[in-house]
Amino acid sequence: MNNLVKINSERCKSCGLCIHVCPKDVLTIGEIANSKGYYTVEMKDQTMCIACAFCALICPDLALEVYREEKGK
Amino acid sequence: MKPIFTKTKGLTDRPFHYCPGCTHGIIHRLIGELLEEMNLIEKTIGVAPVGCSGFCENYFACDMIGAAHGRAVAVATGAKRARPDRFVFTYQGDGDGASIGLAETISAAARGERITSIFVNNAIYGMTGGQMAPTSLIGQKTSTSPYGRDAETMGFPLDLPKILTQVEGAVYVASVSVDSPQGIKEAKKALRRAFQVQLDGLGYSFVSILSTCPTNWGVNPVEALEWLQTKMKPHFALGELKVPTIEGGDAV
Ligand SMILES: Cc1ncc(C[n+]2csc(CCOP(=O)(O)OP(=O)(O)O)c2C)c(N)n1
Ligand code: SF4
Ligand code: SF4
Ligand code: SF4
Repeated sequence: MNNLVKINSERCKSCGLCIHVCPKDVLTIGEIANSKGYYTVEMKDQTMCIACAFCALICPDLALEVYREEKGK
Repeated sequence: MKPIFTKTKGLTDRPFHYCPGCTHGIIHRLIGELLEEMNLIEKTIGVAPVGCSGFCENYFACDMIGAAHGRAVAVATGAKRARPDRFVFTYQGDGDGASIGLAETISAAARGERITSIFVNNAIYGMTGGQMAPTSLIGQKTSTSPYGRDAETMGFPLDLPKILTQVEGAVYVASVSVDSPQGIKEAKKALRRAFQVQLDGLGYSFVSILSTCPTNWGVNPVEALEWLQTKMKPHFALGELKVPTIEGGDAV
């Protein structure tokens, strides 16, 4: 699998709710701070992502978009 | 790649001012998504409260009016009566809708105003520094109940949606929570039905949404979700508490 969670780092506030609800432990707080000083979320293991969009559903700050890899494309 | 989840056009691109992990943002998104999905952006007038969400007029992509504290439903009543062709909603905190605005809320329900109120219950006054709200739980520590809310001197929490079920003009009343992906999907369903009740001209629709305030509860965002689940949910009636008896048409 190569699904993608696209992260808009400038909107992320490092709240950790996406990490809390991800069933596959795909996300983590990274080591790069955005312009407001928040250490923003990163995908640590993209191959595990099942594109369930739980992370995007719970993100209060619209920082996440989810894309599913299409077979044979 | 196939988009599974992208940002709705029902919200502007402006980043939210809310604290990290505050679930006001989730509720904003659900409303924005429904405005887009139900093709309402161009015909909606939203009314903003006073409270942390007082700046929500910056975020919804529809027309917005800012009301004085507690008066959002009164302002919405005027907007809807002047422009019955518009979809009109209020966005209010529990302090706004159940404390200073309690009379306005119940009166609008009694009149069966064809508007929709979204009531964000975080059991506290967020904006002003975490004072006790009518919805604060027994034992809950707030800046004005530092030893915990004591029923003897401070009374009991008010379950506003439960009360509104007794008011004839309130035709759709639901109480939901945004503490999990599942809960968020159910909250969206309830909001969709509430919006439809207004579009069908049936009467007042009201959706209470249990929400977090990590900052004033003094916990981190994940702990706040857990506090909502374990402490708040058992104390408030949840689900679709009242649904219209007649679907469609003008009659209640
Ligand atoms: C007439 C008036 N009285 C009091 C206030 C102070 N005040 C501002 S917001 C607020 C309560 C907000 O709490 P809530 O409605 O629960 O919203 P939250 O901030 O928690 O989202 C109060 C008492 C005011 N602005 N105007
Ligand atoms: S889409 Fe699902 S599996 Fe992928 S990161 Fe988000 S929550 Fe985790
Ligand atoms: S839920 Fe959103 S704001 Fe919070 S850490 Fe995840 S991406 Fe950032
Ligand atoms: S004070 Fe509470 S309700 Fe207000 S933005 Fe912060 S977390 Fe949200």
